[in-house]
Amino acid sequence: MVHVFLSLPPSPPLYLSLSLSPADIISTVEFNHTGELLATGDKGGRVVIFQREPESKTEPFSQGEYNVYSTFQSHEPEFDYLKSLEIEEKINKIRWLPQQNAAQFLLSTNDKTIKLWKVSERDKRPEGYNLKDEEGRIKDICTVTSLQVPVLKPMDLMVEVSPRRVFANAHTYHVNSISVNSDYETYMSADDLRINLWHLDITDRSFNIVDIKPANMEDLTEVITAAEFHPHHCNLFVYSSSKGTLRLCDMREAALCDKHSKLSDVKFSHSGRYLLTRDYLTAKVWDLNMESKPLETYQVHDYLRSKLCSLYENDCIFDKFECAWNGSDSVIMTGAYNNFFRMFDRNTKRDVTLEASRESSKPRAVLKPRRVCAAGGKRRKDDISVDSLDFTKKILHTAWHPTENIIAIAATNNLYIFQDKLNSEMH
Amino acid sequence: MISTMECAVDAQSLISMSLMKIHNSRTQRGGIKLHKNLLVSYVLRNARQVYIKEKYAEIYRMQQYEEVMTVCNEIQELNPLDLDAEDTDDEEQTRAACCGEEASLCDAACQRGAAQPEAHARTASALLSGCPIEDGGKEPEPSDYRSCCMEASPLSHFDQFPALQDRHCNKTTVLDLDTHVVTTVENGYLYQDCCCDALQCGQGAQSPAKKRKVEFGCCISEVEEISDFTAARKRAKREDCSYSNPEYTDTSNISNLISIFGSGFSGLLSRQTDLEQICSKQALASLGAWTRAIVAF
Repeated sequence: MVHVFLSLPPSPPLYLSLSLSPADIISTVEFNHTGELLATGDKGGRVVIFQREPESKTEPFSQGEYNVYSTFQSHEPEFDYLKSLEIEEKINKIRWLPQQNAAQFLLSTNDKTIKLWKVSERDKRPEGYNLKDEEGRIKDICTVTSLQVPVLKPMDLMVEVSPRRVFANAHTYHVNSISVNSDYETYMSADDLRINLWHLDITDRSFNIVDIKPANMEDLTEVITAAEFHPHHCNLFVYSSSKGTLRLCDMREAALCDKHSKLSDVKFSHSGRYLLTRDYLTAKVWDLNMESKPLETYQVHDYLRSKLCSLYENDCIFDKFECAWNGSDSVIMTGAYNNFFRMFDRNTKRDVTLEASRESSKPRAVLKPRRVCAAGGKRRKDDISVDSLDFTKKILHTAWHPTENIIAIAATNNLYIFQDKLNSEMH
Repeated sequence: MISTMECAVDAQSLISMSLMKIHNSRTQRGGIKLHKNLLVSYVLRNARQVYIKEKYAEIYRMQQYEEVMTVCNEIQELNPLDLDAEDTDDEEQTRAACCGEEASLCDAACQRGAAQPEAHARTASALLSGCPIEDGGKEPEPSDYRSCCMEASPLSHFDQFPALQDRHCNKTTVLDLDTHVVTTVENGYLYQDCCCDALQCGQGAQSPAKKRKVEFGCCISEVEEISDFTAARKRAKREDCSYSNPEYTDTSNISNLISIFGSGFSGLLSRQTDLEQICSKQALASLGAWTRAIVAF
């Protein structure tokens, strides 16, 4: 059955910004591998990490809420003096590394530079220094009469974020994707024309594994739009091109396997068996073993087909919608306009359109399914007609918790978190 | 909100939109977005192809109309009963008839400034149906006669043709003795350059040599100015011609931008090469032809 989603507390809504500053527009959303942490990047180069509160023992039926865990400035605007170009600080992608010790690591990238950040907690601090007093001032050596061993005392939790690596100067064009390999040692970064492979510990060199730049730029016909490593096979990765090809590459054999599609985003399923792609009007599921055509095609907003000319005029046709799998690979989700987002159940073939808005996001409010009626179609009450859609309200970035039915929806400068009603009631 | 009226399948508006987007991208923060500009350039090329194709069709119809008129003239001239007495009258009548049509066209053209905002609201099919041959006495919209080169050429070109400016009917029809192509220059803007040549080649020169009455004299100086003008515009025209794509027979394909963005475009480049060769030959041929053109009417 189609999941019923309700808005996750707390109120006030998370990440709410009353001003419509362009710097607050969320540009990427990503859960970590356990779903405990949720990172968002925005146009102003900031990263905000939310942490899920552990379930309260007094209220066993309530799920944990996401609260702000840490905020830091990841990238600053830069200027390339050689090309006289400003480099935007907008965070294009965030990818978490799998946790291997107490600290968390994430990669964040803007158009040119990828950075590795370490996120660690500090809840103890040493006290009892011999040479410094409590405020940190150097003591006069004459006043030191005895020696003591500093001890660790508990303190209020402090989250520290520090840059560990900066991977720079490897991309001539705009970086659009990063993807961590399943070997947890390497990752790749893709720009419009090239894909580079990095080792996480080495910042001064990278290997170029894909290069589609033509000898003469006047012959340019396609760009790379997305790239991702296979979740299990460390030698396999896929990249999509604007021309309509999906290329599955095996780094060991330098082998290519082409599929044809029209793509703005590509995601492996958790199982590694399927690929989910998103083009402007549809979402498609591909079987890695079947090259000729997609396994399933889902119409996201086909009613826009008659509006393509206007959408070209207002630049909406260039919007790149992302797509997401749920934990069991049975449901796919993607965004649309008017702050609508859609979910498709692959097994039941049912779908639903939901809206991320302040009215529908009061805590515990159940999201009401919406419907867009095509122009001239039979209109029910509460239906929205195609002509009334607000094309400035677009949901480009969505993320699904890796194991539970919790979704994060970025609507311009607001972040909405919804969870499945079933989850909260049945435990 | 997007109203259905705005979504006009107008190749010309797509061209200007695309050019505006390319221009704006140069001042965008963060540098030029390669993917977006690639898509915009594809839309631009395809829109221009459709636009030129429309022009071909329209010019062909104009040519057909003029051939019909020529045949009528010949029939009138050859009639022995009318030859002596009514010769002059018929000439004037036919001229009046032709000029009457042309005057209405010119009037419409002269009013193009006023009708410009309407151009964007019409579909491409309306452009084609605006031709007088199909719609009897319907006055065609002025933008029907606006060629691709008119987009790029500023109004200062008007100054090159002071004689034309003074005339109420700013239209000059030229007969090329080499290729037997009839070309019309209207308001200083040429719109039958190599397109006519393409039709001539394409149609197998079925149009007979035109036996129109011609006028010499003061019109020759205008021809020289026109040849300078066409030389300047030749390059732009060649580029326009090179993007003709017979695949886009249906102008409503422009509205299906998904097909534009989604198609492989692999054939586009090879077709361009072929058409470039054809058009460059035509351009050279027309350049030579201009030096021997004779002005009619």
